[in-house]
Amino acid sequence: MAKLLETVDLVTNFYTYEGVVKALNKVSLVVDHGSTFGLVGESGCGKSVTVRSIMRIVQEPGRIEGGKVIVYLDERDKQAGIDLLQQSETYMESLRGDRISMIFQEPNAALNPTLSIGDQVSESFLFHQKKEMCTKIYEDLCAPECQLFYPIKKIQQAVYGMASNNPYAVSLKIMNKVPILKRWQKRLKKEAKKRAIDIIDKLGIPNPAQVVEQYPHNLSGGMKQRIVIAIALACNPVLLIADEATSNLDVTIQAQILELLRRLKEEVISSILLITHDLGVVAETCDRVGVMYAGNLCEVADVKELFGNPLHPYTRALLDAVPKFSVEKELKSIEGNVPNLVTPPPGCRFHPRCPRVMGVCPQTFPEMKEVKKDHMVACYLY
Amino acid sequence: MTQQHPRLREFKFTLYRIFRNPSAIIGFSLLFIFAGVALFAPQIAPPKYPHNPYLMPHKGFSPTPKPPSQTNIFGTTSGQYDIFYGVVWGTRTAFKIGMFVVGIAAFVGVTLGAVSGYLGGIVDEALMRITDVIWAIPTLVLAMAIIVAFGRGLDKVMIALALVGWRWYVRVIRSEILTLRDQDFVQAAKIMGVSDLKIILRHILPNAIYPVLIMASMDMGSMVITASFLSFVGLGAPKGYADWGQMVALARNYIVGPPGDPLKFWYAIVIPGGCIVLFVLAWNLIGDALRDAFDPKLRRR
Amino acid sequence: MEKILSLKNLKKYYPILSGVFRREVNTVKALDGIDLDIYRGECLGVVGESGCGKTTTGKAIIRLHNPTSGHVYYFGKGIKSEEPVDITITKNFALKRLGIRGKLQMVFQDPTTSLNPRMLVKHIIAEPIKSQERMGGRELEDRVIALLKLVGLTRDHLLRYPHEFSGGQRQRIAVARAIATDPEFIVLDEPTSALDVSVQSQILNLLKSLQQTLNLTFMFVTHHLLVVKYISNRVAVMYLGKMVEIAETEVLFSRPVHPYTYALLSAIPIPEVEHKLGRIVLSGDVPSPVNPPEGCRFHTRCPFAIERCLQEEPLLEAVEAGHQAACHRKHHIEALIAENFGQNWISALR
Ligand SMILES: Nc1ncnc2c1ncn2[C@@H]1O[C@H](COP(=O)(O)OP(=O)(O)OP(=O)(O)O)[C@@H](O)[C@H]1O
Ligand SMILES: Nc1ncnc2c1ncn2[C@@H]1O[C@H](COP(=O)(O)OP(=O)(O)O)[C@@H](O)[C@H]1O
Ligand code: SF4
Ligand code: SF4
Ligand SMILES: [Mg+2]
Ligand SMILES: [Mg+2]
Repeated sequence: MAKLLETVDLVTNFYTYEGVVKALNKVSLVVDHGSTFGLVGESGCGKSVTVRSIMRIVQEPGRIEGGKVIVYLDERDKQAGIDLLQQSETYMESLRGDRISMIFQEPNAALNPTLSIGDQVSESFLFHQKKEMCTKIYEDLCAPECQLFYPIKKIQQAVYGMASNNPYAVSLKIMNKVPILKRWQKRLKKEAKKRAIDIIDKLGIPNPAQVVEQYPHNLSGGMKQRIVIAIALACNPVLLIADEATSNLDVTIQAQILELLRRLKEEVISSILLITHDLGVVAETCDRVGVMYAGNLCEVADVKELFGNPLHPYTRALLDAVPKFSVEKELKSIEGNVPNLVTPPPGCRFHPRCPRVMGVCPQTFPEMKEVKKDHMVACYLY
Repeated sequence: MTQQHPRLREFKFTLYRIFRNPSAIIGFSLLFIFAGVALFAPQIAPPKYPHNPYLMPHKGFSPTPKPPSQTNIFGTTSGQYDIFYGVVWGTRTAFKIGMFVVGIAAFVGVTLGAVSGYLGGIVDEALMRITDVIWAIPTLVLAMAIIVAFGRGLDKVMIALALVGWRWYVRVIRSEILTLRDQDFVQAAKIMGVSDLKIILRHILPNAIYPVLIMASMDMGSMVITASFLSFVGLGAPKGYADWGQMVALARNYIVGPPGDPLKFWYAIVIPGGCIVLFVLAWNLIGDALRDAFDPKLRRR
Repeated sequence: MEKILSLKNLKKYYPILSGVFRREVNTVKALDGIDLDIYRGECLGVVGESGCGKTTTGKAIIRLHNPTSGHVYYFGKGIKSEEPVDITITKNFALKRLGIRGKLQMVFQDPTTSLNPRMLVKHIIAEPIKSQERMGGRELEDRVIALLKLVGLTRDHLLRYPHEFSGGQRQRIAVARAIATDPEFIVLDEPTSALDVSVQSQILNLLKSLQQTLNLTFMFVTHHLLVVKYISNRVAVMYLGKMVEIAETEVLFSRPVHPYTYALLSAIPIPEVEHKLGRIVLSGDVPSPVNPPEGCRFHTRCPFAIERCLQEEPLLEAVEAGHQAACHRKHHIEALIAENFGQNWISALR
């Protein structure tokens, strides 16, 4: 499969007053076109920082200190990788929410409480698909079945013809400021609203026409999360990054959203990068999994392989620590606590808790090795 | 790290957080100077009338201020009152006003707010309605009414300010307590059979008191300003009393000097006025620093 | 089996106040007639979606609120009453006088908010002991240290503030505080859901061993079915303020009856790749407890709802000994599942 996203030795630090939080220590992962990559780990291990670094939206006082984030937006052109860390901020803005979309754990933070759902979803369309929508309206206007008072039709054709060439033309910007001329956008807004209703309908929300008139506080958490997904989809992303997007939801609602994501991956988006702390969610939805611990990626493998034949001691311990469905076994706990990333343990960061620690472990950091086909582990045991 | 008592460690950490902030350093230095002046007022400016040291000494009755000289290092203001003496003893007055008013207001407000917030129900309803009534009274009008009824004096001003000052504290502490009351640790204390009074004293107030501290420090400044204003309009301290507002009032007619030399009497206004500004600034800076230091969102971990 | 607590038709309606005069305009029916027996020495799991009333049930038992109606009978040992005590009508001071206050305890979901941030661990754990009995300083400290040992902490931790601990350690402190008064019954309200997976298992194992050594009865509230499966003997499934199914753990996970239980089972993400239950994705959201649906509360989302379900409310009735369910079609659900979702479904459970 062709690569879509690749991070190489990504390093991100936070300069807090308690010291430097070494949140990411050389994280290298690959997300393929057409796959769902799951990133699991306990809280604070750097999952969110990884994706925030990828999108270059690390919060203050964080800094990306090194590494590469390469995207191959075109599946066929394998050479044309772009290193996002070298790109301008303008380029990133055009990429975020367009080719790469992101949804977060808290839908409330992503929705504006004072705007109706319809406005928010159609705004996303107006932002990302203005040109395409103008072209469509222009074609509709030129179509023979369009029955409009002739002069008005002519004027609208002229305006939308112009807009479909360049929706951000100066003359249109001026028109947007003039009270009466501003109304040329009416059709455009109507089209955006129509698309909003369509996409909300597609996401399995009953009564979309009614929902678009409502405000975020009228909706439940699961519905809100679906609206956020709708906004993220407005622009046909190739990659959808979902950071704990279902963690705050009830199991039955979580099942709905996961089902939805699975369907969308088949139909609309090419790949999903799913971040979660729930091994169950990974087992159910992902093709490939990366396990993180204290800012390191310690194991990457296909789902079946990872759950069937975990190699890294941490992965094993983690799998032994979660209750299962079919096996009745005493849960093993991992002794100790997740280390503080200001002073992470030297060498392998898992060594103070590792049951199989050896002499070399505290000395140098184990590099990621491909021990089997498509199965990579960072541990001196292999 | 050597073993320290955790309270000491916590205290040190809080101090560290406060003094990380430059505004705290400025604020506390200013406050330190003011406090020193207030404390050593009898040494810095020995009173002429030992039984009534707040009375400013004056030589002569000339209404025109005199510039700084050997005998009056800050000059004299209208009525020939010594500005230096007034400023020094005015510091004491300022502390007196601030501490009395804020002390009473905070104590009354915290008590009422705590009771009201914790008990809820009818008690809360009644107390809040009373507070609403107090809110409707403008401070200045109340002060004037009291002064008209009982005569002029700084003590009356302080009483008037204290009478209305507590209403802020009631609201703040009550809303803090309403959120704290439903917190799990308070519920946990309840199911362990801890008495209500102990819950308020041990669990709720220690967690609710920080906004009060912040407010109190801001209030110290604003109360002194209000008192100065009342003195300025002639409702506060009597003539000759060592009070910054009163001294600005004395120089009221000399704010602008004679034509051609508008800044001639600057010392009569700027020195006492500057003291008011610096005093208020000190408390506000401290309040700001406390707010930053106690912000729960920024507390470690 | 000996009962320790018996809930009879327990209801809790929270008023919704509105307008200038804060008049009651409606009520949230958080609990709407709960009947439940809890037996001595068991661990009863209570599962259900958010807002279905799990916490409200737990808080009613330890009387953190006054239920609207219904009774909670406590058959206590070592209390100053021979008769079962109705917790719902006993005043707070009477509970304390009878020695019940310390017998019923609770561990809260989030250890960050359930420990007073301005108290030292020593005082946090000593507080419940002090409110029960008089004790000298030395003796008290020894008792606190013994409790800390019991939950896997040491005396070094005595003089620290809660924020100096990790989430798991904080939850240990909360557990130590709950067992400080020598309780008989503890409500555990999602004690592990704020914790990391690796720490979750530590706490679960700790609770399990404490239950053994101290002869405790637990009510374990959670939304995580796999955790319930691991820790409890019996499970009660709640939906919108009602119990819909109560059964022994093995029975519930192998022969469930209620369609909602099936849906919950199919919705849990299982961390095993071989084992996959088919999905029964429920449509829609949980209805609001302000206006719960008429008839069977689950009918808006139930794939098997029939005419009768819309009108008549099903009662919680025995399916077999020790297994109750509230569904009009309780004897047909298994066949219906097999018919609609495939026989595999049923065999996957067994
Ligand atoms: N103090 C309160 N005032 C008003 N309504 C309340 C109050 N406490 C709970 N409720 C309502 O009662 C219902 C049941 O709440 P409860 O806390 O018991 O749910 P839960 O099952 O514990 O859910 P969760 O899994 O989210 O903890 C909810 O609809 C909730 O909104
Ligand atoms: N804004 C921030 N300021 C300081 N430290 C941060 C910030 N965001 C994250 N970190 C630190 O980075 C590490 C990884 O965090 P994160 O990626 O959010 O974890 P998770 O795996 O739970 O998503 C943690 O140690 C966290 O404390
Ligand atoms: S490198 Fe050593 S300490 Fe780290 S996981 Fe492997 S065996 Fe354990
Ligand atoms: S009573 Fe009817 S609606 Fe309710 S669970 Fe049973 S079949 Fe479904
Ligand atoms: Mg995160
Ligand atoms: Mg709850």
